[in-house]
Amino acid sequence: MNVIGDHGASVRVETCGKTFVDGTRALEPATLDIARGETLVLLGPSGCGKTTMLRIIAGLELPDVGGKVLFDGKDMTSVPIEKRNVGMVFQSYALFPNMTVADNIGYGLKIRGVGKHERASRVAELVALTNITGLENRRITQLSGGQRQRVALARAVAIRPGILLLDEPLTALDAALRDRLRGELNRLLRALGITTIYVTHDQAEAMELGDRVVVMQKGVIAQVGTPREIYFEPNSRFVAEFIGAANIIEAPVENGQLLLPGGRQPIGGDANLTTAVAMIRPETIGIVAAGSAPLSGTIDSVSFIGDRQRMIIGGASSKIIAVDAPNTITAKAGERVGLLIAPDAVRLLPPGN
Amino acid sequence: MRDRLIFTGQLLFTLTVAAFLVVPAILSISAGVTVNYFRGISSGVTLQWVFQVWDLYAGTILLSFVIAFATLAVTLLVGVPAAYALHTHGGRWSRIVEEVITLPIAIPGLAIALALILTYGGFGEFRRSWLFILTGHVIFTMPFMVRSVMAVFSTVDIKTLDEGAASLGASPVRRFLGVIVPNAVPGILAGALMVVTLSLGEFNLTWMLHTPSTKTLPIGLADSYASMRLEVASAYTLIFFVMIIPLLVAMQMFADREQGR
Amino acid sequence: MQYGVLTKGTVVFMSHKSFVWLCLLPLAVVTTAFFLLPMARLVVVGAEGPQGLAGYLAILTEPRYRATLINTIVLAAATTVVTLIIATVAGMFLQRHRFPGRAVLIAMLTFPLAFPGVVVGFLIILLAGRQGLIGDLSNRLFGEKIVFAYSIYGLFLGYLYFSIPRVILTIMAAVQKLDVGLEEAARSLGASPWAVQRDVVLPALGPAFVASGAIAFATAMGAFGTAFTLATNIDVLPMLIYTEFTLAANFATSAALSVGLGFIAWAILALARSFSGGTVAAAG
Ligand SMILES: Nc1ncnc2c1ncn2[C@@H]1O[C@H](COP(=O)(O)OP(=O)(O)OP(=O)(O)O)[C@@H](O)[C@H]1O
Ligand SMILES: [Mg+2]
Repeated sequence: MNVIGDHGASVRVETCGKTFVDGTRALEPATLDIARGETLVLLGPSGCGKTTMLRIIAGLELPDVGGKVLFDGKDMTSVPIEKRNVGMVFQSYALFPNMTVADNIGYGLKIRGVGKHERASRVAELVALTNITGLENRRITQLSGGQRQRVALARAVAIRPGILLLDEPLTALDAALRDRLRGELNRLLRALGITTIYVTHDQAEAMELGDRVVVMQKGVIAQVGTPREIYFEPNSRFVAEFIGAANIIEAPVENGQLLLPGGRQPIGGDANLTTAVAMIRPETIGIVAAGSAPLSGTIDSVSFIGDRQRMIIGGASSKIIAVDAPNTITAKAGERVGLLIAPDAVRLLPPGN
Repeated sequence: MRDRLIFTGQLLFTLTVAAFLVVPAILSISAGVTVNYFRGISSGVTLQWVFQVWDLYAGTILLSFVIAFATLAVTLLVGVPAAYALHTHGGRWSRIVEEVITLPIAIPGLAIALALILTYGGFGEFRRSWLFILTGHVIFTMPFMVRSVMAVFSTVDIKTLDEGAASLGASPVRRFLGVIVPNAVPGILAGALMVVTLSLGEFNLTWMLHTPSTKTLPIGLADSYASMRLEVASAYTLIFFVMIIPLLVAMQMFADREQGR
Repeated sequence: MQYGVLTKGTVVFMSHKSFVWLCLLPLAVVTTAFFLLPMARLVVVGAEGPQGLAGYLAILTEPRYRATLINTIVLAAATTVVTLIIATVAGMFLQRHRFPGRAVLIAMLTFPLAFPGVVVGFLIILLAGRQGLIGDLSNRLFGEKIVFAYSIYGLFLGYLYFSIPRVILTIMAAVQKLDVGLEEAARSLGASPWAVQRDVVLPALGPAFVASGAIAFATAMGAFGTAFTLATNIDVLPMLIYTEFTLAANFATSAALSVGLGFIAWAILALARSFSGGTVAAAG
C-alpha cells in the first residue's frame, strides 16, 4: 500500500451526449478512450462542454440515452459517483470549511472505514507528498489559494482513486503560482500513475500535462491527439487558431505553389489542388534578405519580447503574416525582407469554417 | 428509483406542512361566509356576517389604518435620518444604538406595554388616546425601518455619493433629500411594507395599551373570538386576511426582486 | 468656538457632522422617552413589591412561577426543535427541486408570516377546537371527538404555526447559499447521501439553525396572543404576567416577571448572535 503506484483504470466514454433539462445541448454524442495511467486533457474555450464531459465521467451527470461510461470495461453509467472511486479536484476546490486540513484529506478514508491510525499515516504521507507539512491542523479559511489547491489534490488522491478528475484546478491562482504548480502537478501525476482527466482552457497547461489532448468546440470534439499532433497537425482552422499562434492563408494554388501577392510559396500535398487553406506557425518562418526567398514582404512592425521578436509582415499575403524571429536579427519597420518557409511547415487545412 | 421515492416522500411532507398552514385559514374564510357553520356550507353562502362585522367593528378597522399610517409616518421621519446617521457615523456607538433600538424585537410586547403603562399611565388624556398605542407601535416597528434602510446603505456606496454631491456644493440637507433618500428608496419601501403589516396585526402590545374607546382590529378580533358566534369571528378574520394578505404578497415580491438582483 | 476660523473645507465638514447628529436626535428622543425610560421604570417597579429586590428571585423560588417558567421554556424549546426539523426538510426540498406548483407551495408556507397571535389562536380553534376540523373528522371516523386546542398541545400547534414560515424562509436562504460543489466533493470521496447531509450540509446550515432557532425560541417565549385566545388551563409566562397585572393588580410581580421574560428572550438572541457571528468556527 503505497501512495505511488499504478492503480489506474481505463475509461471509455461511448456516444455520450448531454442535453440539459432546459434544452441546452452541452455535448454532442462523443466517444473517447482513455488508457490506464494516461493523462488526458480536455481543452477548449469557455462553454464548450468540458466540465459537462468531466461530470459525466465522474457520475455527477447522466449522459443522454444511448450514452455509456465504462471503467476497465465495466459499465458504470448508472453507478452513482460515491461508488465510482474517482478522485475529483474542483475549480473552487470545494474544501469542507468545517474540517481541518487533515480532516479534509482523511475524509474519504474515514467514509471507507479506514481506522484512525492507518488514516493518520496516510494523511501524513499525502501531506508530505503535496508539500503542505505543518498545515495539518489549520482551518481551510487560514490557507492561501495555492495551499488550498494542494489540499484539494491530496484529498482527491488519498482514496487511491482509479481515475483522477481535475476541473481547471489552477485557474483560480495567479499566473506565477500557476506556472510553478503546473510543474509540480505534472511530476505528481506522473509519479502517481493514475488515469487522469484534466480540464482546462489554457493551452500551455494542456501541452505540458497531457499525454493526449482533446480539443473541444461547442460541444463537439474537434481533435484528439498528442500535444505535438494537435500543434503541428491541426485538422481544422479552429484547432490551429486555438492552439498557439497561426497564420491562416487562403489562396489559389498552381503547380503545388500558393499564389500570393508577395510571391509563390511551395507547399506539399496534392498536386491537383486549385485553392488551399494553409496554416503556417510564426516560428517556422525564417527572415532572410529580400530576394533570397520566393516570398517577400514589408515589415509593418517589430515587437521585441525578449527571447524572440514578433514581426508583422505586410504585402506578402492578402492578410498580414506574423513571424517569430530570433532575437538576434536586427530589422526595422519598413524594411523589405524575404520569408523562408519550408514546404512541410505549411499545413493544409480543410476548407471552410 | 430511490431518488424518486425520496422526492415523493419530501413532497408529501411539504404538502402536509402547507396543508397545516393553509387549511385552517380556508376553514376560517369559509366559516365567514357560511349561513351556519355547524350545518356546513350546505346551509348556504352569505355575506351577512361580513356586514354584521362591519356594523360592529368598522371603527376598529379605521383606527387600525390610522395607527398603521401614523406609525409609518413617524418611523419614516425618525427612522430614515437615523439610519443615515448610524451608517455615516459607524463605529462602536452606532452599533450600540442599533442594538438598543433592536431590543423591542427581542423583548416581548407585553413587557414593553407594561413598562409604558407604568410610566405614562398617569397621564390620563394621553393614556386614553390612540397616541398611546401609537408610541408602542413606533417602538416595536422602528428597528425594522432602520435596519431595512441601513441594509440598502451598506450595498450602495452612500459615502461616495454624499461626498460627490458635497463637492458640487450641495448642503448637507440638500444632499440628504436629493441624493441619500432617493438612493434608499428600495429599503424605505421594504421597511414601510413591514411597518404597516406589523402595525396592522400587532396584538401583544396593543391589548395592554388599548382602552374601550381605542380598539384596533386585532383587539376587535380577540373580542369577537371571545364573545361572538363562530361565523362572525370568521367573517372578521376574513376581513383581516383581505387587508393583510396583499401586503404580505407585496413584501414577498419585493424580497424576490431584491434577491433576483 | 475656535473651529470657526479654520478653512472653509473644515467648516463644511463640521456642519456635516452636526447634521448627522441632528439626524439621530429624533430617534434618540423617541427611544429614550418611550423605551429606555419605561424599561427603567419597569425594572424599578419590579423591585418595589413587598419583597423588594428579592421579588426578582420569585420567578425562581416561588413554586408556581417556577413551574410556569419551566413550562414556558419547555414549550418554546419543543417548538424550536420541531420547527427546525420541519423547516429544514421542507426548505431543503423546496430550494433543491424545481417542479410545477413550487412557487404556490412556497407562498402557502410563508403567507402566515405576519399573522398576529390571536388569529393563529383562532385558526387552531378551527382546527382542533370544539367545533374544529380534527374533532369533526375523528368523530366521524372513530365516534370520538378529539379536542386539544385549549391544552398545551393546542398552544404548541399554534406556536408551530407562526414559527414555521419564518424559519423556512431563513433555511431556504441558507440552502441557496450552500456550495453544491461541497456536496459533490463529499460524494466523490464516497460519502453516501446521509453522510453528505451529516458531514457537509448540516454543518454548513449551522449558523442558520442557530439564528432562526433563537428567533423562534424568543418569539415562543413571549407569545401572548395565541395563549390569550386559547385561554383555558394553560400556564405560560406571558399569561401569568397578564393575569398578575390585570386581575391581581400585582404590579411589582408582573413587572419583575416581565423583566425576567424580556431578559431571557434577549439573552437567547444575543447568545445566538455571538455564536453564528463566527460562522465557520461555530459550524465546526
Ligand atoms: N446545469 C445546466 N443546465 C443547463 N445548461 C448547462 C448546465 N450546465 C452547463 N450548461 C451549459 O452547457 C454548456 C457547456 O457547459 P460546461 O460547463 O460543460 O462548459 P465548460 O467547457 O466547462 O466551460 P468553462 O470553461 O466556462 O467552465 C454551456 O453552454 C453551459 O451554459
Ligand atoms: Mg467548466
